Amino acid sequence: MLTLSVSLHHYLILAAVLFGIGLFGVLTKRNAVAVLICIELMLNAININLLAFNKYITPNDFIGQIFSIFVITVAAAEVGVGLAIVIAIYRNKLSVNLDEFDWLKW
Amino acid sequence: MIDFTLTLLNSISWVAVAFHTLAAVVCISALLVVLVRNIVHAVLWLAVCFVSLAGVFMTLDAAFIAAVQILVYAGAVCIMVVFAIMLIRRGNMGETNLFNKQVWAGGGVAVLVTVLGGFLSFRIRYAGSAPAVPENTVDHIATLLLSKYVIPFEVAALLLLVALVGAIFLAKEVKADADS
Repeated sequence: MLTLSVSLHHYLILAAVLFGIGLFGVLTKRNAVAVLICIELMLNAININLLAFNKYITPNDFIGQIFSIFVITVAAAEVGVGLAIVIAIYRNKLSVNLDEFDWLKW
Repeated sequence: MIDFTLTLLNSISWVAVAFHTLAAVVCISALLVVLVRNIVHAVLWLAVCFVSLAGVFMTLDAAFIAAVQILVYAGAVCIMVVFAIMLIRRGNMGETNLFNKQVWAGGGVAVLVTVLGGFLSFRIRYAGSAPAVPENTVDHIATLLLSKYVIPFEVAALLLLVALVGAIFLAKEVKADADS
């Protein structure tokens, strides 16, 4: 009979897959907003890891849950400032294509 | 036959069923976020991904984090991204989420990182029977946040204030004669 079970490894594999998808998007997307979205996916993968370690290794200390709250806070601040920067650049350059953001080259 | 069905139903671990279903939804919607060509549709799939991630957090006995996930990510972040897309909109929305020229290199790096992370996580050994997470997680989190972790908590508040002021300053309308 098929037995379904869940262990720490299942959560870690899920987090690795989600992190990989986010990394693929960060490396290959042309739109700056899409890159910000994919960074959010990567941060969520880290949250899965923190909560899984919290449940299976230190369930009484709550360190993982508290750190994931801090990760969510920093992610919200990051996406706010990141979108403001993208909008400011769009106002100057009329584009959000990351390949065209090359003022620092020459 | 009914007895057999009942024993089968009782032998199923429903947490495991929920986890596998939610994990499949998370992976598929995350892939669609990357692969869909219209960025508004990508943000909608991102909301699906965040809500099912909140379900995954519920299976990890983290009800408070799941609520925060829905409030902050599925509520605030998705709406903020949609507003930013409206501000930087272009004529043809169907071509707003394209790949650049390094798809194969980026895909190779991503597959390498995923395989390495999966391999390393299979090698983890831990004590199989940890005690259960206490029922009332919010009490413990609140006590810890205001006693042991009070300085990071206040620094996080300061960070949010700085991010708020910075975002307003950066996105503010620039006057034409501001330079002179």
